[in-house]
Amino acid sequence: MEIPYTVSARRDTGLWNAKVGIWLFLASEVMLFGGLFSAYIFLRLDAGPGDWPHGLLNVPVGTGNTAILIASSVTVVLAWAALKMRDLTKYRIYMAITILCGVAFLVVKLAYEWPQKFDHFGAFIKEDALGKYEQYLGNKHLLEKGLPPRKEITGHLHNKEALKDPNIKEYEIALDPINADPTNPAMDRPHFWPKPATEKIATIEKEDVQYANMFLPKHSAYFASYFTITGLHGAHVLGGVLVFCYMMLPASTRIYRHNPEHLANRVEVAGLFWHFVDLVWIFVFPLFYLL
Amino acid sequence: MSIKGFHIVFIVFSTLLALGIGCYCVWIDLTVGEPVYRTGAIASFVSAVVLIVYGVLFYRKMKRLRLIT
Repeated sequence: MEIPYTVSARRDTGLWNAKVGIWLFLASEVMLFGGLFSAYIFLRLDAGPGDWPHGLLNVPVGTGNTAILIASSVTVVLAWAALKMRDLTKYRIYMAITILCGVAFLVVKLAYEWPQKFDHFGAFIKEDALGKYEQYLGNKHLLEKGLPPRKEITGHLHNKEALKDPNIKEYEIALDPINADPTNPAMDRPHFWPKPATEKIATIEKEDVQYANMFLPKHSAYFASYFTITGLHGAHVLGGVLVFCYMMLPASTRIYRHNPEHLANRVEVAGLFWHFVDLVWIFVFPLFYLL
Repeated sequence: MSIKGFHIVFIVFSTLLALGIGCYCVWIDLTVGEPVYRTGAIASFVSAVVLIVYGVLFYRKMKRLRLIT
């Protein structure tokens, strides 16, 4: 039996059914991501000076991923336009590029960015011990310049067993440049161009540490928000890629042969979802990577 | 809203993002003073111009093909 209003508009709404459905769905998505963004902003506003991590994400990689998503939005529209012009070959080419962009975004995120974070370590120093680690924090220099203090020492943890073994009394960290040379004016602001950890090793006594962990969701409210929102966004990208893959299968070609407008409408609905997902990233990127 | 309209909205936000990153890079360059940020600022502003040109061309083409009415 033919499902009505998959191609033509309903008389009462003036829209075909799937378009009403996708906009209702996107409205619920706005509420989902809106709630998470609000939570992040309020956590950020409530953080004391020096408590909120800064400059820990790889900005050039994030920028590259942003460019990939913007390009994929262009190709998905071109795929839809090709269907409208009844050019199935161009449709397939543009759709394949869109899928490749989505996959590239996920690979960069899951195989490069996230693992890099899992391998990084940070130790928040207790208030009364900040002076002891002044050589790594440079807070007198920051105070003179009217900048917020540093409370965390970051880098690569040499003795990872120290995280679990209570008998090991100190952490040995290959310092990030910001802690290796904290009074250098170039370190006053976070470095957004990635610089590798130095060979300078700092020994931090556990009794001076308020909290220490790898850059996992439990490290801080910042990373908890970061992994939640980018993870949820990544799941949406994966969903979009799977739908686009389905639209490249022979089943979709059969729909096209039967009624091209039917497939064009499906691509438009999936394209609207894809644009929404990309639009979410347009907000995620400055919020987490730059501000 | 159709995909054409949403695409134009998306391009507008992308352009604003590119302009924002450009201004941000200029600010970082003025405070930190590393030439890499100047390069970033130029790249961002060029991207913004490219996006604006693309947006206008897209709108015109959709209108010409009667995909935007």
